[in-house]
Amino acid sequence: MTGFPILSLMLLVPLVGAGLVLKANREQARLIALIATLIDFVLGVVLWMHFDVGGAQWQFQERAALFSGFEWKLGIDGIALLLIALTVFLMPICIGASWNSIEKRAGEYYAAFLLMETLMIGVFTAQDLFLFYIMFEAGLIPMYLIIGIWGGADRIYASYKFFLYTLLGSVLMLIAMFWMVNVAGTSDIPTLMAYNFPVHAQTWLWLAFFASFAVKMPMWPVHTWLPDAHVQAPTAGSVILAGVLLKMGGYGFIRFSLPMFPEASAQFAPLVWGLSMAAVVITSLIALVQQDIKKLIAYSSVAHMAIVTIGLFAFNTQGLEGSMLIMLSHGLVAGALFLGVGVIYDRLHTREITRYGGLAINMPYYALFMLLFTMASIGLPGTSGFVGEFLSLMGVYAESSWVALVCTTGIILGAAYMLYLYRRVIFGDQKNADAAAMLDLDKREWAMMVPLAAVVLWMGVYPESFLAPMRKDIAALEARVAPAKPKGDAQLKLGVAQPVGAAAHEEAAHGEAH
Amino acid sequence: MELLRSLQITLAEEVLSISGLILLLVAAWAGDKAARLISILSVAVLTVCALIAAPALCGSAMGPAVTAFAGQYHADAFAAFAKLLIYAGAGVTLIVAPAFFERVRGMRAEFPLLVLFAALGMGIMVSAGDLLALYIGLELNSLASYVLASMLRSDERSAESGLKYFVLGSLASGILLYGVSLTYGFTGTTSFEGIRLALSHGLSTGATFGVVFVLAGLAFKISAAPFHMWTPDVYEGAPTPVTTFFATAPKVAALTLLMRVSLEAFGTQVHAWQQIVIFAALLSIVIGALGAIGQNNIKRLMAYSSINNVGFMLIGLACANQPGAAAMLVYLAIYVAMSVAGFVAVLMLKDADGEPVEAISDMAGLSKTRPGLAAALAAVMFSLAGIPPLFGFWGKFVVFQAAVQANLLALAAIGIAASVIGAFYYLKVVKVLYFDEATDKVTGKSELAHTVLLVVATLFISPLGYLLTNWLHVLAGNAAAALFHVA
Repeated sequence: MTGFPILSLMLLVPLVGAGLVLKANREQARLIALIATLIDFVLGVVLWMHFDVGGAQWQFQERAALFSGFEWKLGIDGIALLLIALTVFLMPICIGASWNSIEKRAGEYYAAFLLMETLMIGVFTAQDLFLFYIMFEAGLIPMYLIIGIWGGADRIYASYKFFLYTLLGSVLMLIAMFWMVNVAGTSDIPTLMAYNFPVHAQTWLWLAFFASFAVKMPMWPVHTWLPDAHVQAPTAGSVILAGVLLKMGGYGFIRFSLPMFPEASAQFAPLVWGLSMAAVVITSLIALVQQDIKKLIAYSSVAHMAIVTIGLFAFNTQGLEGSMLIMLSHGLVAGALFLGVGVIYDRLHTREITRYGGLAINMPYYALFMLLFTMASIGLPGTSGFVGEFLSLMGVYAESSWVALVCTTGIILGAAYMLYLYRRVIFGDQKNADAAAMLDLDKREWAMMVPLAAVVLWMGVYPESFLAPMRKDIAALEARVAPAKPKGDAQLKLGVAQPVGAAAHEEAAHGEAH
Repeated sequence: MELLRSLQITLAEEVLSISGLILLLVAAWAGDKAARLISILSVAVLTVCALIAAPALCGSAMGPAVTAFAGQYHADAFAAFAKLLIYAGAGVTLIVAPAFFERVRGMRAEFPLLVLFAALGMGIMVSAGDLLALYIGLELNSLASYVLASMLRSDERSAESGLKYFVLGSLASGILLYGVSLTYGFTGTTSFEGIRLALSHGLSTGATFGVVFVLAGLAFKISAAPFHMWTPDVYEGAPTPVTTFFATAPKVAALTLLMRVSLEAFGTQVHAWQQIVIFAALLSIVIGALGAIGQNNIKRLMAYSSINNVGFMLIGLACANQPGAAAMLVYLAIYVAMSVAGFVAVLMLKDADGEPVEAISDMAGLSKTRPGLAAALAAVMFSLAGIPPLFGFWGKFVVFQAAVQANLLALAAIGIAASVIGAFYYLKVVKVLYFDEATDKVTGKSELAHTVLLVVATLFISPLGYLLTNWLHVLAGNAAAALFHVA
């Protein structure tokens, strides 16, 4: 398809913006950044409107032979479309969150954010393996700077940990990519997705990719960079980290590990399940005892991401669709929660849970929004969190009832730590005079909360809007992994036919009972 | 006729030596006052030589048509590629030097001449088709370099660096000569082609020793571990423009020489030296990375970084095939640009009196006081660490891709994992530049020439560099093809 290069334009707009803000002062910088992100958001809407649901698998394709060894090749399917939409939706909100709180070196700050946006969209649109890798890795630099310059007290340690952890995870993936391209003779992602690598090689390739994606995801036990990075990052940094960066790991699994190495994925599914079960239970329990609001939400992110991974490795449509929906929902909800923490952090400059209390009295609207997002995080029906978690757990139940059982405790524990958090921060007595004197949401904060709340409800009430674009791609993926699918523990069989009379009688009895 | 033809082929070297001699007379007659003029003229001479060398590269010249003096000298595409980088490195040195030396009244007329003669020696090194031609070029370069290192006679560190370089360099030359004599003894010839033929039937124990000693001598010249000890001291002590020179031109010359010797002369006995190169590569990567962690002097850090980078380049050599050689050349070109950008940035770090600032801790918060300079230094650091989208990543990319294609998977995996250790200290520099509170030490003004060079080199290592990959790929491919033409 040749047409207007909208994807390149979406990459270019934030990049140009990044160049412009570098020299601007604070007021100009934030305005330019807001305009650039809003333009990209509009382009994202246009992209979605022109996306042909049920049409060709890869749309808006562009290519240019600019480089040696790899190509500038872009294109999206439904899965990428949704994640791009999430990115461009969250970015203006991030700029809004930084509006007043970033005082030092604002130009560089917004430049780093706009660069991040370019790279994230680049990750989701790249159709060349090496282009993907470059975009994937390049994100480390702006994120390193964001955490290191504008982070909290322990920012240096957190930035190192973030950088080196994710770098170590990724370099082995690069070696695996070289091998794949060498064998398959192309670095074109759609071709590689259909290429059958030898099974024994898949094992190693899968592990190399896993090393990278598991760190990015992050999966237990390589998640420890996340709480540090989150706690130290500025609010907008946390939003983008939780909202989009973590999705790169899930996107990696769905785009690379599963379709490219289906046999190895099946072989390692028990490993993924085991780590995910451990993550759900352990990090939920850790979240329960946190004193720092951001850290609590960071641990809850790890638990949610574990439910994503079990859904991905359930090898069926429900699981895959559920995982995608959790990713989208978590992007919105965790982003919104970090935003909520940012709102009170801007006022009191602490994230200690005990320093707050009784906010429902002086900040009723804030309490309302936080309740909605808390419920969405728990997965209350009607909010976005429910749909994804339900589908994902249902998907894995078909594979292994034990995994489903253990992971469902995550929902209960999730309710426990989130409600406990809400109880301590929002309800109860106004223990602290300064917390009691905080003002409710201002206009800027309303403008950030309302769109998030609206989409959370939309996704909860009518998830079809989000399921439709990716349905065909998920079905294709399911067909790709189906031959390798491990035998589940639920061996459903048709019942043996009973004597006609008895069966009819029983059926009638059932009918009455219903 | 044969002589005339040979003289035509070696034109670049002739231009260099004759103009070097003429300028030497000018220097003797006009004294240090003419130092700046001689520098400018030397840059012009280098440019002319580059123009003479370039057609061979673009036309992928190879074979007997460009061989002079009965096989002693090759003006092929491979030599041309190396020469262009060498002349560029030497030219940059001449451009940045006057400002640095004039401040301490150390700008002597000999300086540009020594650089010219070193460049001449390096040109002979990379074109050599015979162990003796190799040795003449190597020594011409080394002798000039020893003097260059101790150029600032009043500075104790500079004198120390020159002496260290001389003692250890002579030792390495001795080892190399010993290897050369053993090789000659067991093969009966010093020409690369002859050695290749003689070794194609097998390797005697004596010849093995010859190979090992030759490689050990050359490993010293490229500062590969375990023969790297001199590098940090020499880099730190030598005046910064000279360090810029050491990190670029002689590095290119020695590495390309090593390629020619290993792949041409010893090309039929790959198994004899491949394990040595793999060992040196991994050791250099690890030692370069670990050694740099504790450094507080930016020049010492760059020295360890050069050891580290040589390790990565040797991975390309370990492939022992044409893609590996081409990858190594691409890496070299990018490495020269990174070194130029890095050292020019270091030259621009000056306090209010113009004293050079070399301690990393004194650069704290540079991003607030000198944002452009800090951004360039940060780009160099990320690029040296091989983090995309900076162009330094591309060097690692092609080298590791070649290693995987040559089925050296374990080497590639260990090498790339070790590169993460290196990332740590590069990050440390970025941290000091960007995260720490400003100390306002670096306030000195920068020369226009330095700024221009820094901008050009930084643009090359920025993501814009990827637009050059097609072109680099063709040139490095031509050069590597010439190297494998004999086979």
